[in-house]
Amino acid sequence: MAQANLTDRGAGNFSVHHHPEKWKWYDYFTFNVDHKVIGIQYLVTSFAFYLIGGLMALAMRAELATPNSDLLDPNLYNAFLTNHGTIMIFLWIVPGAIGGFGNYLVPLMIGARDMAFPKLNALAFWVTIPAGALLLGSFFFGGAQAGWTSYPPLSLITANTAQSMWILAIVFAGTSSILGAVNFIITIWKMRVPSMDWDQLPLFCWAILATSILALFSTPVLAAGLVLLLFDINFGTSFFKPDAGGDVVMYQHLFWFYSHPAVYLMILPIFGIMSEVIPVHARKPIFGYKAIAYSSLTICLVGLFVWVHHMFTSGTPPWMRMFFTVSTLIVAVPTGVKIFSWVATLWGGKIRYTSAMLFAIGLLVMFVLGGLSGVTLGTAPVDIHVHDTYYVVAHFHYVLFGGSVFGIYAGFYHWFPKITGHYLNEGLGKLHFVLTFIGTNLTFLPMHQLGLQGMPRRVAMYDPQFQTINQICTFGAFLLGVSVLPFLINAIWSWSRGAKAGGNPWDAKTLEWTTDSPPAIENWEVLPVVTQGPYAYGEEHLTVE
Amino acid sequence: MQGTVDSNSQSAGDAAIAHEEHQDLRVLGLLIFLCSEFLMFAGFFVLFLVYRAEAAAWPPEGTEVELLLPAINTVILVSSSFVIHYGDVAIKKGDVGGLRKWYLITAAMGAVFLCGQIYEYATLGYGLTTNLFSNCFYLMTGFHGLHVFIGLLLILGVLWRSRREGHYGAEKHTGVEMAEIYWHFVDIVWIVLFSLIYLLTLI
Repeated sequence: MAQANLTDRGAGNFSVHHHPEKWKWYDYFTFNVDHKVIGIQYLVTSFAFYLIGGLMALAMRAELATPNSDLLDPNLYNAFLTNHGTIMIFLWIVPGAIGGFGNYLVPLMIGARDMAFPKLNALAFWVTIPAGALLLGSFFFGGAQAGWTSYPPLSLITANTAQSMWILAIVFAGTSSILGAVNFIITIWKMRVPSMDWDQLPLFCWAILATSILALFSTPVLAAGLVLLLFDINFGTSFFKPDAGGDVVMYQHLFWFYSHPAVYLMILPIFGIMSEVIPVHARKPIFGYKAIAYSSLTICLVGLFVWVHHMFTSGTPPWMRMFFTVSTLIVAVPTGVKIFSWVATLWGGKIRYTSAMLFAIGLLVMFVLGGLSGVTLGTAPVDIHVHDTYYVVAHFHYVLFGGSVFGIYAGFYHWFPKITGHYLNEGLGKLHFVLTFIGTNLTFLPMHQLGLQGMPRRVAMYDPQFQTINQICTFGAFLLGVSVLPFLINAIWSWSRGAKAGGNPWDAKTLEWTTDSPPAIENWEVLPVVTQGPYAYGEEHLTVE
Repeated sequence: MQGTVDSNSQSAGDAAIAHEEHQDLRVLGLLIFLCSEFLMFAGFFVLFLVYRAEAAAWPPEGTEVELLLPAINTVILVSSSFVIHYGDVAIKKGDVGGLRKWYLITAAMGAVFLCGQIYEYATLGYGLTTNLFSNCFYLMTGFHGLHVFIGLLLILGVLWRSRREGHYGAEKHTGVEMAEIYWHFVDIVWIVLFSLIYLLTLI
């Protein structure tokens, strides 16, 4: 169809791609270069890792139900806490939000038939598989136990083989990020349908662009640090061994130069999802299009210069504390711009309380709370007080679970009809939302209190005075575990049997909704023409036969 | 509404053609990738400078660097960047013979550089694990050497493909260009590296 339509036009250097009319199920298990196949591969794989990482968290919470170390071997506990963090960041949120939604949606949103480099795109997906295999395989060697930050000297003296596998896993995941970033930057820059100007680019694409720039510049620095760590562990060098002149703080600098921007890698695409979901389900043009678009770029730029706020207790000189406190607080400004813009979009809108919208509103609430605790943590005096306590754990779970994971869920409910041609069931969706919202707050809100009372993070045993609050957290965590079930059942069932959705079930204005659900291979028979901005709800528009 | 299909078949048709012949974006892709690659080296550079500032003696006694051989090597590598450019100029005129000649000379110069590097390693009298300076020295030059090796493979790849009649031409030489850009990158990194590791010891 699409292919036949194009053959007579494909007279240039590039031969027309040959592909079947529709992919078979097994095509999803192969090195396929279709951006939609790759997007689904990312989404499904990363979700599987989310479940694995979640089970590790449940095991840890079960251990923490009592003050003594009685359920898990302490080394296994350490391995779980290391790999829970690593998997959730490198194999769930980053590949899910950027790789999954980014790959599926960006070409559709800009009116392209595929990404700029389809083979590179497939390669970027497939190198995440060895990353996952290495992490899971490392459990046969005791599992990496130095936390997801893997600071030396701890990472140099515990479970050397597993730690080396951990490093290789991160290098693979990082390679995937960089290749993906190159692809996204060029695709958004050069592959937009000719009628689309920069100010008609959907905000999700702006967010992915900012994310990609950030990944491009920060990931290689982490790779440098990890290569040095690998040499220290295996080849007798002493980059991070103080007794031979090395400097452990240098590792922290190299690590956080990537890993703080990594926080934005995990939230910027989510901000992009928010900017799509909210106007569609509030039936209103987005408030402050340019402010949202440019604030993504601002976050990306400022975000490269805040990393030392993770190191206020690492013997950091006062001028650095001062500088990085200020730069950290500046990040709150563009973030606030987004939050206020979304609230203003909701204001006076004809809100449809769909599951997607519920998760988006839930995200707003949770992220503001996480953002506020972030402001307190970014201030050196408070940070020194609560450093390495559960207050930090509470903070980043509010932004990463209440923020990123809520956003991915919102994205699932919003684009599932596009991806599969079927709606997710709304009843189960609302149950999923309620359980998740209660579970998240029950698990992570009390942790603020634990942290302020001085309970250290990353320990399997704790002082008995903290037991009651810990049990509330554990109860909440299991509720969160249960909350995944309605979603899982819903997704599997609705994939083939959900109510049929047409091309544009939400009556949205971005380009991905101008094609069938699911879209044909190569997306459109005839490419769409952009005549209006992507959020022009209720504005006069040309009617076209 | 935005994105109405078929509202303007002429421009829609143009867009479809634009896809089939979409601009070759590979050179741009490589340039963006190299920005990323450069930051990895930048990580090493910063580390080196910090360790240099923290150390009492840098390089410590007994691990001084050789200067003459690396200087010769530098001259070879830097001039090879000009040589490879002649190959690019040649193919833009459709001269495949010229391309092959200049790329072959570049490959030879690259190989000489690598041999010089290996000879230097063999005669230095200290190894990777001797002290922090030697750690940095071997890791950074070795990592750069790896990149030279990859660049060499790319050039050999171009030479191999150029055997086929019409594979490269005046209008079709993206692969040639990419190998050249990569080679320039390797060269630029070496200039920084040479300044840091070798020239700074003179101060």
